[in-house]
Amino acid sequence: MTSILEDKTVPEKKILLNHVNEINPGDIGSYEAVGGGKALLKARGMSPEKVIEAVKASGLRGRGGAGFPCGAKWEMAKNAAGDEKFLICNADEGEVGTFKDRYLLMHNPFSLLEGMAITGYAIGARKGYIYLRAEYRYLLKGLMTAISQCREKGYLDDLDVEIREGAGAYICGEESALMNSIEGKRGESRFRPPFPTESGLFAKPTIINNVETLCNVPHIIENGADWYQGLGTEQSKGTKLFCVSGDVERPGVYEMEMGSKLEELLALAGAENVKWVQVGGSTGAVVPFGMLQKPLCYETVLGSGAVMVFNATRDVVDFVYRTLEFLNEESCGKCTPCREGTEVMVEILGRMVNGEGVAEDIDNLQDLSDTMVRAALCGLGQAAPIPVLDTLAYFKKDYEDRISQSVLLRSLKAING
Amino acid sequence: MERTELLGIIKAEQEKEGFVSEEAMAGMAQKMGVSVGDVYGVTTFYSFLSTKPLGRHVIRICKSVPCFLKNGEMIAASIETELGIAPGETTADGRFTFELTNCIGACDQAPAMLVDDEVYGELTPGKIKEILQSYD
Repeated sequence: MTSILEDKTVPEKKILLNHVNEINPGDIGSYEAVGGGKALLKARGMSPEKVIEAVKASGLRGRGGAGFPCGAKWEMAKNAAGDEKFLICNADEGEVGTFKDRYLLMHNPFSLLEGMAITGYAIGARKGYIYLRAEYRYLLKGLMTAISQCREKGYLDDLDVEIREGAGAYICGEESALMNSIEGKRGESRFRPPFPTESGLFAKPTIINNVETLCNVPHIIENGADWYQGLGTEQSKGTKLFCVSGDVERPGVYEMEMGSKLEELLALAGAENVKWVQVGGSTGAVVPFGMLQKPLCYETVLGSGAVMVFNATRDVVDFVYRTLEFLNEESCGKCTPCREGTEVMVEILGRMVNGEGVAEDIDNLQDLSDTMVRAALCGLGQAAPIPVLDTLAYFKKDYEDRISQSVLLRSLKAING
Repeated sequence: MERTELLGIIKAEQEKEGFVSEEAMAGMAQKMGVSVGDVYGVTTFYSFLSTKPLGRHVIRICKSVPCFLKNGEMIAASIETELGIAPGETTADGRFTFELTNCIGACDQAPAMLVDDEVYGELTPGKIKEILQSYD
């Protein structure tokens, strides 16, 4: 645990955040002054098939966490039967430690709307929704202003964009739960198949893309797939916005080329005395200090781009307990492995934190994790055990210490009556 | 009325009345031709909807990991001291309801909170006092 990180500073690679300081989110003119709107014009001069082809060739993958190839998804929706299709922008950024979409919505909403217009044109959707989380209500007014300016400028001639607000539920960031919420229901995950591209919102073919994903689209169309292909690693193209929080000097949003090393990002944000980092949010991978040279990309660790930094004063079991407490609260309750699994994990971890751990706890956590990974209905339950498994792999001694402390505490209580 | 409008109607009720009463839920169920249980199920699913009366202003302190790392618990404690109520409670004068909430996406400004639709970051006990005074 040292502070060598400061020596490895590399500059950010700004594409999405390139003109962010010049753009006035209340004036579309400032967006066009830095080249905004050109991509949509160019796309309209191409056939929808060519637009999809370009996005496919670019290698763009979903930025919300799952990383599904964007062009392939569009093609499925485009080819799905039926005339009525929907486009949804997922602005339900609820993953712990993630705030990049907030930044984009706040500073450059025009780029998102241009991206949505291009996407709608490509897949043949005439109706688009932006599902905005309730916690971001303060962004609503600005977003509405941007929509009306985009309408005036003709960006949305072929796509009617409506904002739907969430009402406070982490799970609604999961695409099938999000669609249930727009349909006015409880935001519970759906069984798949059918996939949204075939039968999504109101049982129509639907594309759901994250804010950041859609903001990449205008740049790809304007500069071409070859240019985009030149950025990043083999399976992770372009740049990624990272949200750095926790034990750092300069928390914030950083844009880096895919494949940049975690230690380079930490140097930018000013991290010292790092013990571990969680990448990708509450269900993200845990990277211990010895592995900070890991590249950030789909091949290794990425998720939503949340990077939470923990220094040497932090307690591993306490962190995992809090994380599982969050996931347990936010589990939608539909499937048993997730609903009960997170519940029992919280109980076990809670006992450990309170000095009441028992020897079987570690094995039980492992067993539960195996079941949840295999049997949970959606990403929440399947990924909830990741922080448990990763910390058991890298910090098993921290768990064992908790248990031996518990044993000691019990003996003391017995002696003292 | 379409079933798909249910969540919107519940939210409108909450905005108008400050909460969603049992009577209101029963009324919606009747109007939409769905069960009361269905309306109750939707209302109680979402953390920003409430079946109990709330104060004029709702304070939501973030309790997720990034805010916890920046002493979010101290901020919650200072609200408790300032208002004399615990999380989940409303002040006797009906001015504030105080809740703990999950990540509000302001981790770069941790510790953070929402008061109604406003976000406040880099909180200190001193700042809390000032912010609370600005709400009537």
